[in-house]
Amino acid sequence: MSIKMPAPDETVLARRGEIVAAMRAIVPGEGVIDKADELRPYESDALTAYRQPPMVVVLPETTEQVAAILRWCHANRVKVVPRGAGTSLSGGALPLADGVLLGMARFNRILDVDYADRLVVVQPGVTNLAITRAVEDDGFYYAPDPSSQIACTIGGNVAENSGGVHCLKYGLTTNNVLGVEFVTIEGEVLRVGGRGLEPAGLDLLGVIVGSEGLLGVVTEVTVRILPRPETARALLIGFPEVEGAGRCVADVIAAGIIPAGMEMMDKPAVHAAEAFVQVGYPLDVEALLIVELDGPAAECSHLLEEVETIARANGAVSIRISTDDAERVAFWAGRKAAFPAAGRLAPDYLCMDGTIPRRRLPDVLARMRALSEQYGLGVINVFHAGDGNLHPLILYDANKPGELEHAEAFGADILRLCVEVGGVLTGEHGVGVEKRDLMPVMFSPVDLAQQQRVKCAFDPDLLLNPGKMFPELHRCAELGRMHVHRGVLPFPDLPRF
Amino acid sequence: MVGAIRPDSADALAAIIADAASDGTRLRLRGGGSKDAIGAPTPDARIVDMRGFSGVVDYDPPELVLTVKAGTPLAEVQALVADQGQMLAFDPFDHGAMLGCADGEATIGGIVAAGVAGPTRVSRGAARDHLLGFVGVSGRGERFVAGAKVVKNVTGYDLPKLITGSWGRLAAITEVTLKVLPAPRLQRTLGVAGLDPAAAISAMARAMGSAAEVSAAAHLQDWNGAPLTAIRLDGFPSSVEARAAIITALIDGVAPVADEEAARLWPAITTAAPLPTDVPLWRIVAPAARMPDVIAAVGGRWLLDWAGGLLWLASTDDAQAIRAAAMQAGGHAMLVRADAETRAAVPALHPQPKALATLEERVRRAFDPAGVFETGRF
Repeated sequence: MSIKMPAPDETVLARRGEIVAAMRAIVPGEGVIDKADELRPYESDALTAYRQPPMVVVLPETTEQVAAILRWCHANRVKVVPRGAGTSLSGGALPLADGVLLGMARFNRILDVDYADRLVVVQPGVTNLAITRAVEDDGFYYAPDPSSQIACTIGGNVAENSGGVHCLKYGLTTNNVLGVEFVTIEGEVLRVGGRGLEPAGLDLLGVIVGSEGLLGVVTEVTVRILPRPETARALLIGFPEVEGAGRCVADVIAAGIIPAGMEMMDKPAVHAAEAFVQVGYPLDVEALLIVELDGPAAECSHLLEEVETIARANGAVSIRISTDDAERVAFWAGRKAAFPAAGRLAPDYLCMDGTIPRRRLPDVLARMRALSEQYGLGVINVFHAGDGNLHPLILYDANKPGELEHAEAFGADILRLCVEVGGVLTGEHGVGVEKRDLMPVMFSPVDLAQQQRVKCAFDPDLLLNPGKMFPELHRCAELGRMHVHRGVLPFPDLPRF
Repeated sequence: MVGAIRPDSADALAAIIADAASDGTRLRLRGGGSKDAIGAPTPDARIVDMRGFSGVVDYDPPELVLTVKAGTPLAEVQALVADQGQMLAFDPFDHGAMLGCADGEATIGGIVAAGVAGPTRVSRGAARDHLLGFVGVSGRGERFVAGAKVVKNVTGYDLPKLITGSWGRLAAITEVTLKVLPAPRLQRTLGVAGLDPAAAISAMARAMGSAAEVSAAAHLQDWNGAPLTAIRLDGFPSSVEARAAIITALIDGVAPVADEEAARLWPAITTAAPLPTDVPLWRIVAPAARMPDVIAAVGGRWLLDWAGGLLWLASTDDAQAIRAAAMQAGGHAMLVRADAETRAAVPALHPQPKALATLEERVRRAFDPAGVFETGRF
């Protein structure tokens, strides 16, 4: 574990009994967990290389309880880490030894389904897939579909601004959330956005989504739902070289086509997935593309033909087109099993998440192969080709001393490469702990200070999820310092905080 | 107003802002001035003309990303992408004619700062959904970068969302990166005449909830002498035809609107052109299903866009009463057009509840601690 969390505050650790009692006074019964063996399941999220049991877990059931917990923690200067289902791949829910872990799992009710305005109001602990399940019989669905959608919660999706394979066409979480109720660290319950298409005033909703639990705790979410497309069909296209696949993706978009999903796998990923699920992927190709088209049947058949023509023009050696939904699902099965398939190639893997301008893909893959040789660690690549979001899986063995650190260094080099070619550190998994110390690769100290000032506006004492996202937490007073001219503050009539 | 100043580099802009923070001048950021008539008059503010920041920085059509300086005219940006068979991913429009000045002056930075979104808001989203990154100078006089130049990014806080619709109160935007999309090959509009507001909203909801992938839906109180509900389909020709058949089966009495008429209809809806111009113009956003209640509660002429989620209202009713009706329906009301005296007395933006207003104030101070951009316009 090469990334260090803030050192626990001894004075807070010494008050553990008092803190647990205060939590019990707010949330009765089994909603407060403080026994060592019962804290264990909460010690990590899906970034399992990092583990830390929390001081105490609290599982509130009502917004009032959340407000009371935050108000108490704020008054007593105790840190709080919010958690949904714990599926974060970036360590967003990694607990703190001197912090309260605020689990939102009991907020598991769907509050309202409104077909007239095509929206659903849910509590944050409802899973992503449960929203679609609740409306699918009426022909609707919730579009963002992170691969952990069976387990991950909508609250976690809001915190991380989660994506999925369909976000090229349908957007990330932020494009599908209409409003939230959230509680500030001061215990104030606020609503931003609502059932209308646009919030009034500053778009605070836009900055809360994707804030990784650092600005507030979301207690209710309103999402928009979409009518299920009439048909969906997929093509499975094999290429003898990555460049052809990359050109095919660019040409599809240049032809005016925005597929519902456009995924690429490199040869090692294809082999790993095929060995795992046996869905008939071609094994003699360097790159495999899955292109899904949805919409009216007439549109799908028209676009399938266009994509097929484009694929052939770019040297595709194998093309299969799904004839029914079972076959379409089979095309996806290998891609969706890529992570567990990687788990069979090595005891452990790290999943990276950079985005690059697509035109740089062949170059980036070549340099990644060189890095793989340099580090002596295998890497397999699956990625959302349509939007340039890479998911290299670095294979390693945590039981070999030093190999995790080695894999992390390899991953950091990949992400530096993404930024160098004009891309970003994370396309959908979030910064969390994992990419925290790389933030200066992408942002200058001034850029980061501006982001942190927004944090200070919501949480001036830096009690919410500290140790995530920002490599260094500056005290808010230090960041807020202003140039004072001749000892006089300009505009003395304005309130300041 | 105090004379305008026109910087042409981020350094010059930063110096202007830093000086203003020191000497107590307040700065009103301005692009082409197409929206000058929105908000309270600000006689004491110095105008910073942002048109010195002009030109394309990077545009690679297959990447679906365009980076352009903020002072570039909207019309130029739209012509640039149209030339490549593309469009901005949202549906910006020029407020010029609507606010009594010439069209063609609006800049892309002004569009972003005002969060402008036309009829396809209901299907493709707004400026907030497609601003990927920006460069700006904060009220501290510091140049900073936020977001990025790729279509998918969650690195750090989504400050592009926050800057969109912030009306020049957080930072001066010098460069924007926007998502672009392929332009549809074909647009077809279907119309049904004679529906009352509730029936029109219900018909639009059925259309939006169908597999017809409706791009835009609007309802006019009076078009050629009768109410008109209009539904637009965009896309590949074969697809548009199939979807038109879905709508025809779904809504009684629906018929195609001729292309020439549709070409007049949508710009008229976008800029609320059919409404009288000599009374205050309001922009009310609320859940569509509740909009009939709003219409019943207010007087005046109106039209509905965004499948009923946006009400353009020309009304002499009391501002408080209009805002109360909007709030009652779970929405909010912005005063877009009125005489200077009214604008000096009635805030343009809908006032927020106190706790939220306090938080907004803190966020504004996070960008602009000295209040350089607090001109009193909003």
